[in-house]
Amino acid sequence: MGLFGKIIGALKKTKDNISSKLAALFQKGIGEDFYDELEEILISADISVITAEEIVDQIRAEAKKEKLKDKAYVVDLLKDVIEDTLCEAEVPEIEYPAVIMLVGVNGVGKTTTIGKLANYFVKQKKSVTVAAADTFRAAAADQLSVWAERAKVRIVKHEEGSDPSAVVYDAVSSAKAKGTDVVIVDTAGRLHVKANLMEELKKMDRVVRRDYPEAHFYKFLVLDATTGQNALSQAKLFDEAVELDGIVLTKLDGTAKGGFVVSLCGELRIPVVFVGTGEKLDDLQLFDAEEFTEGII
Amino acid sequence: MALFSSLSERLNHIFSKLTKHGRLTELEIKGAMREVRIALLEADVNIFVAKKFIADVSEKAVGQEILKSLNPAQQVIKIVNEELIALMGSSNAKLETADKPPAVIMMCGLQGAGKTTLCGKLAVLLKKQGKKPLLVACDIYRPAAIEQLKVVGGKAGAEVFERGTQNPVKTAKQAVEYARSMGFDPVIIDTAGRLHIDDALMQELENVKAEVHPNDILLTVDSMTGQDAVNVAETFNKRLDVTGVILTKLDGDTRGGACLSIKAVTGKPIKFIGVGEKLTDLEPFYPDRMASRILGMGDVLSLIEKAQEAVTEEQAKRMEKKLRDASFTLEDYLEQFESLKKMGGIASVMGMMPGMSKFKIKESDFDEKKVERIKAIILSMTPREREKPEIINSSRKKRIAAGSGTSVQDINQLLKQFDQTKLMMKQVKSGRKLPFMR
Repeated sequence: MGLFGKIIGALKKTKDNISSKLAALFQKGIGEDFYDELEEILISADISVITAEEIVDQIRAEAKKEKLKDKAYVVDLLKDVIEDTLCEAEVPEIEYPAVIMLVGVNGVGKTTTIGKLANYFVKQKKSVTVAAADTFRAAAADQLSVWAERAKVRIVKHEEGSDPSAVVYDAVSSAKAKGTDVVIVDTAGRLHVKANLMEELKKMDRVVRRDYPEAHFYKFLVLDATTGQNALSQAKLFDEAVELDGIVLTKLDGTAKGGFVVSLCGELRIPVVFVGTGEKLDDLQLFDAEEFTEGII
Repeated sequence: MALFSSLSERLNHIFSKLTKHGRLTELEIKGAMREVRIALLEADVNIFVAKKFIADVSEKAVGQEILKSLNPAQQVIKIVNEELIALMGSSNAKLETADKPPAVIMMCGLQGAGKTTLCGKLAVLLKKQGKKPLLVACDIYRPAAIEQLKVVGGKAGAEVFERGTQNPVKTAKQAVEYARSMGFDPVIIDTAGRLHIDDALMQELENVKAEVHPNDILLTVDSMTGQDAVNVAETFNKRLDVTGVILTKLDGDTRGGACLSIKAVTGKPIKFIGVGEKLTDLEPFYPDRMASRILGMGDVLSLIEKAQEAVTEEQAKRMEKKLRDASFTLEDYLEQFESLKKMGGIASVMGMMPGMSKFKIKESDFDEKKVERIKAIILSMTPREREKPEIINSSRKKRIAAGSGTSVQDINQLLKQFDQTKLMMKQVKSGRKLPFMR
């Protein structure tokens, strides 16, 4: 199993699904409904309707130039188009000292991802501090403490209900003093349409930029692969609030496809950086467009 | 832009195009249905569910019914609406009751769907009905899940039964025994989030079910779920024979297609919807309201209910007359703001009103402080200025700004907003009556 074996494994169900659908489609021949059905196959992977239309249009145009010969040809074409789209957003290189803030709606797996991220950096011999800035959800800091213990990293936390920006301030201050390589900030889940909660997030963003300007600051949106087309709205509004540097796609070990990331990379130019594939400490991988595409089609 | 427009906006757009035609031809229905299909897919309705829906609606629309109708567009909306309601189930389903207390409610669902929070919300709801619920912590896997339930239980004022990381089947059994002896009813069992394809964990749920025979097994589903909602719902239902579904996080901008899909593949009713982070933010699910909301015809019923609480009949009549006479003044504007505040914020009300979803209204535009400022500004005007805002020149603006402790820009902004509101009112009025102004 290679580096990305887990992603491929996780996406195997998706793959079987689309491949068998495509095979069935070819048995019927390239007729009137061919493109409609091709579009439906993409949509059923949660690729957005507009993106699916665009991909199908590209294939339609290609087909005009060169006759669509067989299944393998269309599969290759599909892969090319999707992979190209995924590569349109560039993945940031992490430089140190770094502050990484995870944001997202409720229940996407931010706290779990922080545990895994902490472990990822520890393995690269970096010193890590996690900041429990989710002071809203009951026992969120306790949950993060367990993860911090598992990853053997330091945690900065305050009481439940306290100001999250104060937690962030403490975390970056101590990181500066101690020369910590990476500070990872957990934030409370918030729906992207709640203006006041987004303001709170902006405040945390300002605290890091103002009080730790020498750090490289990355803001990652955590998205649940089970999510549908709403992922685009989430990305758009979180990006408007704090300017996202990337996506962490979680829960890819289920049957959901997470196809919406194609639209995120293509339209919003936000790259997928990490992929979560389980609940264990090392179930986190770097995203690879080629492998991801390979897994989907 | 179209990417982020809601299903109701989309359908509104489609049907406003249709309204311009006289009678509908088969071809036009086909065209409209193609748009409905896209709208449904963008709303995360499962592709097969959407296809069947389109087929059903087309069949009904092209038939006799449409030809008889005097207003074909309205007829199509009616059929689409009826079919949506039929898909989502026809009435509001309640919790099951037990012959012998305590009733047992088991929660289940994927990770992060919102089960633990829901346990607290259900406890609050049941306490209001005079019950004495017991919360049971059976999520032994997620770090601090038990702690979270304890905090939630504390906030809800409900006792929490926990046995640490002991086997959940045993904990559930002991909890029911405890409830029976202590007079708790119902017992609400929180379980760990799990993937529907995780055989071992699904088996665990089956074991809990076999041990305590729940009256209700409620599948909790995030309303933002995409195409995969059908797989999740189907698997949970196949293994546990769930009794109902709770949709969470409906206070976001999700188009909520998952709710159509889940009902279609499981046949199980959606019993409640979660609409916020507070423990009181749990509402019964009304398919008819949801359908008209999806269609952009507004959640007229909910709105009427809310409006009746906040606006007196007399006030409503007066307002309607003013709208019709186009004599809507700043004074009325202020009155409206205060009524809206009582109704739970303009954003929630606007979302429920027919034709309003196309106006972009952010909650931030109407926060408490701004309303207070608007109030101060309007109260600093003379009665004549409130009647005829067009007479407000720059020296008047300076005086009003000084009087209300605001700036001239604030006055300008308010006047602009007022003009926009008037325009909006005009547009709504030209279509239909405002639902709460009968």
